[in-house]
Amino acid sequence: MSETTLDLQSESGPLPPGRPVGPGLDASHGVILYVEDVTVSFDGFKALDGLTLYIDEGELRCLIGPNGAGKTTLLDVITGKTRPDRGNVFFGQTLDLTRLSESRIAQAGIGRKFQRPTVFPAHTAFENLELAMNTGKRVRQTLFARLSGAQRDAIDGVLATVGLPSERDRPAGLLSHGQKQWLEIGMLLMQEPRLLLVDEPVAGMSQQETEKTAELLASLAGRHSVVVVEHDMDFVRKIARKVTVLHEGAILAEGSMEQVQNDPRVIDVYLGA
Amino acid sequence: MLPRSLRIALARASACAALLAALAWSLPAQSAGLKSALKDLGSDDTDRLMSAIDLLGNSGDPAALPILQAYRDETLRTARDGRVFVLSKDGKQAFDPVSRETVPAEGLPLAAPFVSNRVRRALAPAIASLALVSPDVSARASAAEELSKRASPEDAARIRTALAREAVPDIRKTLLAALARLDLNSPERAVRLAAIQLVEAEGDVQLKVDLLRLTATREDGSFVEPDAGIRAAAVSAMKAMDQRQKFVNLFANLLYGLSLGSVLLLTALGLAITFGLMGVINMAHGEMLMLGAYTAYAMQNLFRSALPGAFDYYVLAALPAAFAVCAAVGVLLERGVLRFLYGRALESLLATWGISLILIQTVRLVFGAQNVTVTNPAWLSGGYTAFPGLVLPWSRIAIVLLGLVVVALVSLLLQRTALGLQVRAVTQNRTMAAAIGVRTARVDMWTFAFGSGIAGIGGVALSQLGNVGPELGQSYIVDSFMVVVLGGVGKIAGSVAGAMGLGILAKYLEPFTDAVLGKIILLALIVLFIQKRPQGLFAPKGRAVEG
Amino acid sequence: MRGILHGVAALHRPRGWIVLGVLCLAGLVGLPLLNGMTPPAAWYHVPAFAVPLLGKFFCYGIVALAMDLIWGYTGILSLGHGVFFALGGYAMGMHLMRNIGKEGVYRSDLPDFMVFLDWKELPWFWYGFDSFWFAASMALLVPAALAYVFGYFAFRSRIRGVYFSIITQALTFAAMLLFFRNNTGFGGNNGLTDFKRLLGYSLQEPSTKVALYLISGAALVLAYLACRAIVGSKLGRVLTAIRDAESRVMFSGYNPLHYKLFAWTVSALLCGLAGALYVPQVGIVNPSEMQTSNSIEMAIWVAVGGRGTLVGAVLGAVLVNGAKSVFTVQWPQAWLFVLGGLFVFVTLFLPKGLLGIGERLGALRKLAARRMRAQGRPQTPERSAALSAVSAAKPHHE
Repeated sequence: MSETTLDLQSESGPLPPGRPVGPGLDASHGVILYVEDVTVSFDGFKALDGLTLYIDEGELRCLIGPNGAGKTTLLDVITGKTRPDRGNVFFGQTLDLTRLSESRIAQAGIGRKFQRPTVFPAHTAFENLELAMNTGKRVRQTLFARLSGAQRDAIDGVLATVGLPSERDRPAGLLSHGQKQWLEIGMLLMQEPRLLLVDEPVAGMSQQETEKTAELLASLAGRHSVVVVEHDMDFVRKIARKVTVLHEGAILAEGSMEQVQNDPRVIDVYLGA
Repeated sequence: MLPRSLRIALARASACAALLAALAWSLPAQSAGLKSALKDLGSDDTDRLMSAIDLLGNSGDPAALPILQAYRDETLRTARDGRVFVLSKDGKQAFDPVSRETVPAEGLPLAAPFVSNRVRRALAPAIASLALVSPDVSARASAAEELSKRASPEDAARIRTALAREAVPDIRKTLLAALARLDLNSPERAVRLAAIQLVEAEGDVQLKVDLLRLTATREDGSFVEPDAGIRAAAVSAMKAMDQRQKFVNLFANLLYGLSLGSVLLLTALGLAITFGLMGVINMAHGEMLMLGAYTAYAMQNLFRSALPGAFDYYVLAALPAAFAVCAAVGVLLERGVLRFLYGRALESLLATWGISLILIQTVRLVFGAQNVTVTNPAWLSGGYTAFPGLVLPWSRIAIVLLGLVVVALVSLLLQRTALGLQVRAVTQNRTMAAAIGVRTARVDMWTFAFGSGIAGIGGVALSQLGNVGPELGQSYIVDSFMVVVLGGVGKIAGSVAGAMGLGILAKYLEPFTDAVLGKIILLALIVLFIQKRPQGLFAPKGRAVEG
Repeated sequence: MRGILHGVAALHRPRGWIVLGVLCLAGLVGLPLLNGMTPPAAWYHVPAFAVPLLGKFFCYGIVALAMDLIWGYTGILSLGHGVFFALGGYAMGMHLMRNIGKEGVYRSDLPDFMVFLDWKELPWFWYGFDSFWFAASMALLVPAALAYVFGYFAFRSRIRGVYFSIITQALTFAAMLLFFRNNTGFGGNNGLTDFKRLLGYSLQEPSTKVALYLISGAALVLAYLACRAIVGSKLGRVLTAIRDAESRVMFSGYNPLHYKLFAWTVSALLCGLAGALYVPQVGIVNPSEMQTSNSIEMAIWVAVGGRGTLVGAVLGAVLVNGAKSVFTVQWPQAWLFVLGGLFVFVTLFLPKGLLGIGERLGALRKLAARRMRAQGRPQTPERSAALSAVSAAKPHHE
């Protein structure tokens, strides 16, 4: 595995948005994520059962499905947290995600937001974003890292985007639940990922915050590929172009929101979403 | 007509009477022969003396043995009337071995019989023959030992006679070994061959040397044993014996490993349970072992002073006592300290270490800093000889059994009782268990008490194995941790596998390295093993457990 | 050059530098003066035994910094750091043994214990220790190497939390057993002792002791500044992030293994340095330095002072060891009770250590002052007390 090609040595600041994150990623065929025949079983229980899924570059896909359908497990497999028992997972043409560690996968350009907001509670919002910033992640680089003016501005910019400029110097542990979600999305943005995996971004958010999140995610599509896992159907309706329904570890239906909503199998399983 | 039962009884009685009469009638005949022989002991005629000694030697009469022994030891005295006496050490009493009377020696017309080297040379085999058939087991045993060391061909017949009537297996073995040794040098080929087969069958390792001699070469290159067939037989016999020895060693190591594993299990089980449930590594766990051992010590003293007759049973009383004491301390520890540190595993580690310091110092002040002696009760001393060269101490067997019993009880408790169900639930998913109404605080308390109690029982076991001192726990804590790390938590099977695995592995390493290096190797192996399976042998699976 | 100076200056606020300066003045200049230049009978005279004692405390302070680096900042509780300390000590001890030369009991080139064991020549691993610089570098490299290898295997397998702590215990325990063996060649259970000279200076001379004291103090200050630099850098922030949310760190693209390994190795290196400075001052090194209880005590120094503050760690080391010195002289039976009680008390009631108390008081006062200002009313003692009570009742984040 040519892992050295994934090293990001830029010390002059975050890369401008839209540029390819690393020379290793080959999305020339338009598909950025290949999930083929993936099976994951825990002690006999099949969390994913021969799942096959393709994400096109730049698209915004929503993953829905009842509890236990395997949505979070799928994200775990993509980010390297869980290894599949069988199947292929490729990022672009060449990067075999089943062989890379979590940090390498993140460096390759896949960012994940967790179900429960995972930020660094002892660090300020600013520091959280600084840590997520898309610069050199090696030990020597961080030991001698200095924040340039441009980088500082970029971080402040993201703070503004996620609506937290007033919390710049506040320890993240003291933020509200919704604010933490936003901060985490902000950290995701700082990472400049090609593929964003967002797990229940609006859980626990107010109506206003949900609107805002929908806008933000929608705006990200195109430059980034986004996969959103959600339960909130209104939210999904707002942002989704293509929806994939998972059930018992496999794809039940795929298509636009209307198609999926009217699919009898989906209705059967979901009892009217 | 008499009733049937009565007729049978009468028949039996008359048969007995007839037998007794016959015996009584034959006895004088025997004693007559004995009497004349005894009379001849005082004779001046050496030939008659010799034949008397011979007769006595071959008589097989148990009374004759002490007489001839006394003769050899020069404490025998003869009287005119043919009676003989054995003088006591101080010379004042005279014992008549035939009538079994003791009379004062003074005033008796006693003479010392004639003793010379020739007499002595004649006495030796006579005594040996008598000893071999003596009713006294220890006399027979020592006679057999003597023969196995220095048997001459003349003894062969004597040995065979003795073998014919010998029933005690250990003595049979010795006699057979002596006979085999003699027969291996027999001029007759068939006899030598038979002897080889006997040696192989008996498996006595000491005789291997004799077999080896058969295959040896002299300086000039020629074989000691001319017959090639015999040599081949000797070689194959030795091979068979080696095989058997290997098997015995394997078995022995397995057994010792199991016993060591049982000790580890008893010491680590409580820790695994509390760690699995509460995520708390109890650094004071070693002190629970120590308290259990000291409870055994206290029980011992109590029984010694209050119930000396039942002293041997103090261990049985110590088991529940130690359980209670340690469980109580465990409850105090949990309620007083650990309860407030829920979820903070590293802090609990430090806090329990502090408690362990306090406990050790308390025991030091109360019982003294020196080791105290705990004696094994009689039924735990000694051992069971399974094979030649393999003695299993009773104490270790008892510990293996104790381990089995404890594991069975714990499994029963966990699988069959309501508390056990709650414990399992809280171990797997605390929040969920609390949500469905399990009183997790209570469960914590009971489980901690239980785990500490088991450690107390382990301490009692340890008291029977070695020294008991205030730092007893410290030497076992690292091992207990290793068992927990290796075996994983959440399942009893894990602790069992971990403990047994470590015990057996330690035993197998022993011949190759000394104890210290062995321990280091084990620790290194565990760290490497953890690489592959970070959660231990029996890893709890599923997402819920991931903390 | 300017960049480095600027970087160093940025480690503290001006006030912090002043405090540090005062402490250095008092400790590194004042104390030796009070020891050497004052009449022995005066109350302000520092007695001779106090110099190496304080020097010892400085060494413990370095160890405490090392522990704080990996525990307070990276969240890894090591209960076996004593092994690194002892290895550094042994390296220096071996050099000091070689320096004895022919002045030992047996008047031989070989150290006494080897003569006693009937060894005819120096084992291969003793070669080179007659050179001071070799020994000094070994004192740093050997613990670092051991730490690196151990840490690599341990961190790679994602052993965490209490499991890791237990394994570090096993490490130091195994090392202790190894060094207890006479055949291992490090003096067995007696260790290395009877040192005579270091770099030509006799170890018994008061001036040498003062010199060692000063060097230890300087080492402590340098170690402190180095640790400050590390924790203040982005690397330090990654370490704290690993402590708080390791998964997020991974998913942000950092490899925690490398970071943990870095902190762990630096920590071991510092301990080795401390050990090397410690041994000439106490005059002996034996395997009991590798006892598990020693290593666990190191953790409590940091806990008492305050984790994650660096200053707290040094403070805790000095206070606890000071108390130990006092108790073991005046009331030895009670020391273990005090120490054990300290463990329990600090974990239950002082999770942030002594500095945490100061922090809490400071925060309360600030909160009260802010409230007062917001409401526009002058501060009175009763009001601030009432507000303190209210703030104390609020749950605060760990």
